[in-house]
Amino acid sequence: MTVTAREVESTDRATRDEVKQNRRRVSWAGAALLGMILPASLLLLWQWFSTNGSYSASQLPTPSAVASALLELIERGTYWTHVAISVQRVLLGFAIGASAGLIIGSLVGLSPRASSLLSPTIQAIRAVPSLAWVPLLVLWMGIYEGPKVTLVAIGAFFPVFTTVASGFMHTDRKLIEVGRAYGLSGIKLVTGILLPAAAPTIFAGLRLGLAQSWLFVVAAELIASSKGLGFLLIDSQNTSRTDILLLAIISLAILGKTTDLILATIEKRTLKWI
Amino acid sequence: MSLGTQIFSSDSITQLAPAEVSLTDVSKAFGSGPDRVEVLHNINVTAAPGEILAILGPSGCGKSTLLRLVAGLETATSGSVCVDGHLVTGIDAQCSVVFQEPRLLPWRTVAKNVQLGVRDSGTSGEIQAWLELVGLGDFGGYLPKQISGGMAQRAALARALIGHPGVLLLDEPFAALDALTRMQMQDLLVEVKERIGTTVLLVTHDVDEALYLADRIIVLGERGQGIVETISIESPRPRDRSDTSTIPLRRELLRLFGVHV
Ligand SMILES: Nc1ncnc2c1ncn2[C@@H]1O[C@H](COP(=O)(O)OP(=O)(O)OP(=O)(O)O)[C@@H](O)[C@H]1O
Ligand SMILES: [Mg+2]
Repeated sequence: MTVTAREVESTDRATRDEVKQNRRRVSWAGAALLGMILPASLLLLWQWFSTNGSYSASQLPTPSAVASALLELIERGTYWTHVAISVQRVLLGFAIGASAGLIIGSLVGLSPRASSLLSPTIQAIRAVPSLAWVPLLVLWMGIYEGPKVTLVAIGAFFPVFTTVASGFMHTDRKLIEVGRAYGLSGIKLVTGILLPAAAPTIFAGLRLGLAQSWLFVVAAELIASSKGLGFLLIDSQNTSRTDILLLAIISLAILGKTTDLILATIEKRTLKWI
Repeated sequence: MSLGTQIFSSDSITQLAPAEVSLTDVSKAFGSGPDRVEVLHNINVTAAPGEILAILGPSGCGKSTLLRLVAGLETATSGSVCVDGHLVTGIDAQCSVVFQEPRLLPWRTVAKNVQLGVRDSGTSGEIQAWLELVGLGDFGGYLPKQISGGMAQRAALARALIGHPGVLLLDEPFAALDALTRMQMQDLLVEVKERIGTTVLLVTHDVDEALYLADRIIVLGERGQGIVETISIESPRPRDRSDTSTIPLRRELLRLFGVHV
């Protein structure tokens, strides 16, 4: 049997793919390691500064003090309640705000008429600093979950809306033309060309919206709340429990990073072709 | 290279009869007011069903625009464009286009991109057969970013051919290919054309390509000048690449472009 050039080419390619994949695995582990360097050094610095006398224990408690604060709150049964309620507000608010952002952003991005109708108003509303809504929200919705979730939804809405609209508006004309030339129109053109073409931008918007959600949940809980990590922040400040304050901050960092990681994983799975 | 029977005996595809393409007094201008530029001016040309009409002309003279008018992707400022006697008003289902760039959808595999040419119908065997025909048999599962520019252009050619179009609109389809592959693809085009009998409008920069493939060559002048020359080539296809009888024509064409030979 003779081996054709094409066969050589394709086995070549197969081994090359394998090598590439291995390299990617290695580089992934490397990247994770690299990403840990800074947090680890921060932890060391923290330990150093909290024990060498430059700060008092009420200014900068040691890492182990924060860890025992965590245990204390867990024992008291409040830690997970605070975490759960904040997560719930974020997820609920993000779901509502991001869905609205997706729908209205798509409308504005796909239809110039909808854009003329909606854009000026949305831009005006956006110009209002979001926290200015708080008194009004409390007035309208009471002091329970309503205003907090709504504030988070407002926070999630704008980045998603903006990126989705611009993602659809700036879809590569040439690809749209290919779709039209091969018989796609209407909703099929949207799902077949516009949506996948805008998908990377849409994901970027969703991740921004999620980050905003965490920002806004803390704002909402700082202002009017008796539960949640934002409340824990303000409460620990009032009671001079700096260890709990730091615990709340670290918890927010971990939660924010984790939820973003989940979204990033979905993004990577969906956008395999990038 | 021989064409698999699978490709032409398939009944999952409605084979369109070659269609006549006629442009009458067609002008196309872009912009308005002082920015208005007339790119095509009073173009009159008819391609008979099954004819290969090559369109030559300097860069920016409106060759792509002319194809886009026939495809229905652009509307003429004045005059009429007809395919098969019907006025082209929107996207024309009888036409398939190979654009100047491959324009593969980056989120689809090569095979799925080819499948778009039959509006996402068609069997996998059929798609595979066309992939093999353009030398991409092993690459159906690849993504566009994983293949070279020339491979992508061949995939785009398969995407256009698989639908057995009545009119094939080719915008410099082979320009990105290396010389050998280009010749193979030219021969493939001739072979497919003989089998499915489509009408071909072929935009090209390459005088030799036009002479090798076309029944007729029209030469557009600078932007707005219209057709400055029409040349018929009588010799039957498949032609001989070393045919010396086309040398005077070649010389004449090159002279039109200001090249001395
Ligand atoms: N949508 C458009 N708006 C404005 N001007 C345009 C548009 N499309 C094309 N043109 C102009 O029309 C002229 C002809 O363009 P076209 O793409 O048809 O040229 P071409 O002959 O295909 O050139 P090339 O050989 O370089 O591909 C160019 O000067 C270009 O600037
Ligand atoms: Mg062109």
